[in-house]
Amino acid sequence: MSKVESLAGASASPQYLAWLARERRGHLVVRATQLAILVVFLILWEMLPKALIVNPVLTSYPSALWPTFVELLKSTPQQASILTHTWATVLATVLGFTGAMVLGVVIAAALWWWNTLYKVLDPYLVVANAMPKTAFVPIFYIWLGATMSIYGMSLAISVFITILMIYSGFQGIDPNKIKLAQTFGATKGQILRKVVLPGSVPTLVAALKVNAGLSLVGVVVGEFQSANVGLGYLIQYGSQIFKMNIVMTGITILAIVSSVMYLAISWLEAAVMRRR
Amino acid sequence: MAASSTAALLKVELRDVNLRYFGLEGETEALRGISIAIEPGEFVAIIGQSGCGKSTLLSLISGILMPTDGAVLVDGRPVTGPSRKVGYMLQQDYLFEWRTILENAVLGAEIQGADMVKARERATGLLTRYGLGQFLQHLPRQLSGGMRQRVALARTLCTEPDIVLLDEPFAALDSQTRLALADEVAVILRRERKTAILVTHDIGEAVSMAERVIVLSRRPGRVKSEHAICFANSDGARPTPLAARNAPEFNGYFNTLWQELEVHVEG
Repeated sequence: MSKVESLAGASASPQYLAWLARERRGHLVVRATQLAILVVFLILWEMLPKALIVNPVLTSYPSALWPTFVELLKSTPQQASILTHTWATVLATVLGFTGAMVLGVVIAAALWWWNTLYKVLDPYLVVANAMPKTAFVPIFYIWLGATMSIYGMSLAISVFITILMIYSGFQGIDPNKIKLAQTFGATKGQILRKVVLPGSVPTLVAALKVNAGLSLVGVVVGEFQSANVGLGYLIQYGSQIFKMNIVMTGITILAIVSSVMYLAISWLEAAVMRRR
Repeated sequence: MAASSTAALLKVELRDVNLRYFGLEGETEALRGISIAIEPGEFVAIIGQSGCGKSTLLSLISGILMPTDGAVLVDGRPVTGPSRKVGYMLQQDYLFEWRTILENAVLGAEIQGADMVKARERATGLLTRYGLGQFLQHLPRQLSGGMRQRVALARTLCTEPDIVLLDEPFAALDSQTRLALADEVAVILRRERKTAILVTHDIGEAVSMAERVIVLSRRPGRVKSEHAICFANSDGARPTPLAARNAPEFNGYFNTLWQELEVHVEG
């Protein structure tokens, strides 16, 4: 009962307000420290090459990135704009992890439906997941061509872990919840739709977290080999002509892309978990 | 064997039922030669120690398990699968945390493809009667254990079963809530004239709630004895479970069943 009452109305006692203030201060300290780490990192990255403690040719420095970025914004006959590169990488990543999620759910559902299928495929899935997929980059290039090989790598690198994670989520559903549905005469399809899938939403979000990052890895590695567009290509190109500014700008944008993906998934997670 | 006319009167009948579980290590005999007959509107308790196959018995009646030998009949017809006539209340509420209270209560109706407008009306009525009217749109985690188990009862009764199977439905609750809820549930089921089969290892619960107690032996479960539970009452009506606990006959039944169960504390 007390649980319900506390939801109904919290009268703010001075002790409670003091507790709230402490909580807020704690939160602030965490955020400030996070920011400080980033600032210290950027300062060191700027100062150490300037002071020639490390070789600036190898590391470039943050203040050099913005002019490089502005320069790279322009598209020339030889080189597409950096926005085009970023878009190509983001698109391939999104296609990769969306495909991995869809395939992951469908295949995990099939494995759940036919237990024998799972028993047969289990060792293959585990081995396929453990294989270093990046070893297939050259083969994918030959099989699928420049663009499709990148989408393929983005999918291949994340799909197996997604299948395994979602399947284990399906297996983790409380068998008594399934029994409950059975007592009402639920068919296997109803059990899947009304118990297993909605009960696995937290697992789906966890799988999305893992495979969004993996897909980005797949795309960048794919672009190293086979692309003429994309951030992976840009980084590879920059390193070949030994322009660290281009490499570091590309990497910084990758960091920003990762952060945005992380924020989007966190937001999705919060939205989903509010129902639980 | 009983004539077909008497068989038709029975709500639930088990005829010489055996059940064995199969595993790679071998067969496990869970139930042996069980014959039970239950009349419409009867409240029967089945008691026995853990692992004696009590819950298995309910799974057989509900049609989610099939007997290895023998026959299980509901309304004189062999059980072939889950039936709308039978409602099953499990040991815990197993409310779906992603559904609101009302959505949880109509789960059975939804699975059975019933008229959802009527089902929602009925569920709202039941939940309101159980004091949960203002929590229809709440999520399960916002409710206490006793409230959640009442939602589970509404979910069971929402599909309007004739027979309600109760598998230690109060086991997960604290002792006060347990007594209060057992009282409520027994009154509700009697008022709605449901046939009820309660499985429990709590002797007091069985004596206070049921008209008849069936004792199962240890594995493999066999019917060891049956006891009619009668309370002399001025108006002839059955006392509520809480009142029954104070009746003079209560202790006598309790002690008889205690001896029947041969409870040995191990260690």
